[in-house]
Amino acid sequence: MTIKGRVWKYGDNVDTDAIIPARYLNVSTAEELAAHCMEDIDAGFAGAVRPGDVIVAGENFGCGSSREHAPLAIKGAGVGCVVARSFARIFFRNAIGVGLPILESPAAVDDALAGHQLEVDLERGQIHNLTTGAVHPAEPYPPFMMEIIQAGGLVPYTMRQIEAEREAREVSR
Amino acid sequence: MGRTMAEKILASRAGQETVRAGQFIEAEVDIVLGNDITAPIAIREFAKLGGDGGGLRVFDPERVVLVADHFAPNKDIKSAEQCAVMRRFAREQNLPYHYDVGCMGIEHVLLPEEGLVVPGDVVVGADSHTCTYGALGAFATGVGSTDMAVAMATGRLWMRVPETVRIVYSGQLQPWVGGKDLVLHTIGQIGVAGARYMAIEFAGPVVDALSMEGRLTMANMAIEAGAKAGLFAVDDTTRAYVEGRALRPYCSHRADPDASYARVIEIDASQIEPQVAFPHLPENSRAVDQAGNVLIDQAIIGSCTNGRLEDLRVAAELLRGRQVHAGVRCIVIPGSQRVYLDALREGLLEVFVEAGAAVSTPTCGPCLGGHMGVLAAGERAVSTTNRNFRGRMGHPESEVYLASPAVAAASAVAGRIVHPDEV
Repeated sequence: MTIKGRVWKYGDNVDTDAIIPARYLNVSTAEELAAHCMEDIDAGFAGAVRPGDVIVAGENFGCGSSREHAPLAIKGAGVGCVVARSFARIFFRNAIGVGLPILESPAAVDDALAGHQLEVDLERGQIHNLTTGAVHPAEPYPPFMMEIIQAGGLVPYTMRQIEAEREAREVSR
Repeated sequence: MGRTMAEKILASRAGQETVRAGQFIEAEVDIVLGNDITAPIAIREFAKLGGDGGGLRVFDPERVVLVADHFAPNKDIKSAEQCAVMRRFAREQNLPYHYDVGCMGIEHVLLPEEGLVVPGDVVVGADSHTCTYGALGAFATGVGSTDMAVAMATGRLWMRVPETVRIVYSGQLQPWVGGKDLVLHTIGQIGVAGARYMAIEFAGPVVDALSMEGRLTMANMAIEAGAKAGLFAVDDTTRAYVEGRALRPYCSHRADPDASYARVIEIDASQIEPQVAFPHLPENSRAVDQAGNVLIDQAIIGSCTNGRLEDLRVAAELLRGRQVHAGVRCIVIPGSQRVYLDALREGLLEVFVEAGAAVSTPTCGPCLGGHMGVLAAGERAVSTTNRNFRGRMGHPESEVYLASPAVAAASAVAGRIVHPDEV
């Protein structure tokens, strides 16, 4: 799976209130949330982001609330991938859970500027900055987490598990 | 080699003799928690897990807790719809622990109080401040709605066993210094990512002597240092709190003396003065004496961090016989119906109203800019809540200063951020 798009660059500690302000948490669909994504730190984002674009940020991206609305808003906005120096723990879980690709790569972050073109190869964990020509590796996922990502998120992954357990029970009967 | 508290609790709930930091496990969960913001998405994902036939049941109705606290009492029609989704689900699934307006409280004040969480539990909550229950010696951590859905369906969840940072507090606390000041000071030292992915063990003679309320405040803000959990050893204070409340038998854990830590931090608590965290990160903490002249428009006393009886007593001590400054809206929000009733019977609510403060039914409301105290552009609030991110309490151009109930109450009287000794 390859993602190709423009860079939207942000700094350290982009918090969940910045990604989706709490005043919009009375809705829960990705489409509704996407309209307000990044609103308080970058009012132009939601209107100008294009499918496949990549958010590139510093340390501790997604710190704060457990609101899954944050990765949902980013996914709903069409963002193909988030690349950061590091992610806050709950945001990391939530992104994996909802099937939003995220990669940790400090070198790729340092190299990327707003507007650069990136090509991200998720299988190989590789970030190619088409503007600078540099290619950067990303932190690999543990194998079982890669299975969740390949299944399309935690719900389809768990459905397979539940189904497998049911079949195992029927076989043993 | 010895084991940390996190390793001990997670081993016991992963059905293994020992687990080590860095290991991925599947843990059985004792309580799954959601609120009116996060549960509606979890309920939608839970329905997907049931497949086309639907009719999926939660793994154990007595282990799923739903609390309408964020935008409840319903602030608008959309919020009302979200609470309705949760109410309908609770009815369909026969959930005995669904807390609605009239019996609810802010979830992290309510669950310990009701004995729903006990020492030794593994708790996953679709709310980042679920780490509060570490004060009881439970491994409790915030997750998202999809995780909540899976945990409701299976009673299990994948986890990575965290490394642990041990923070040891020694010395004698100065007057007006409590759990909030300790934790704000600590976050100032280690930063908002200082314990990212890790557990924190709060230890040392100072926290051993701390009340359960003070410990709940500290554990609550572990997430503000990026932590997965904030743990306290189970001791007599814990047992005295849990006795008569616990709905289930409990298990006392403490770390081994030779446990392996990512980092051990020693803090001389004698040096810590009442703290205030400046916008827009909780790590921007400093002694309140160094705050300068910060005029305020609003003071919030409440929340899952500081909405307990001890917090209201401290605030009342400072507001008794005094008046809230003419330019300040002071809003006091007891954290649960129990806290509200106790505060009423003790005469605290009378003190607040006579001082010119508003007293609200329990709600998270203003903490996340939901309702009951949203800020306009350019306005400043001193608040006993836990986050001061840009726009957290309302307009993106507003500001939140985090502090203890003592500092918030004193500042409400002074009209600017002050040390409690100044009033």
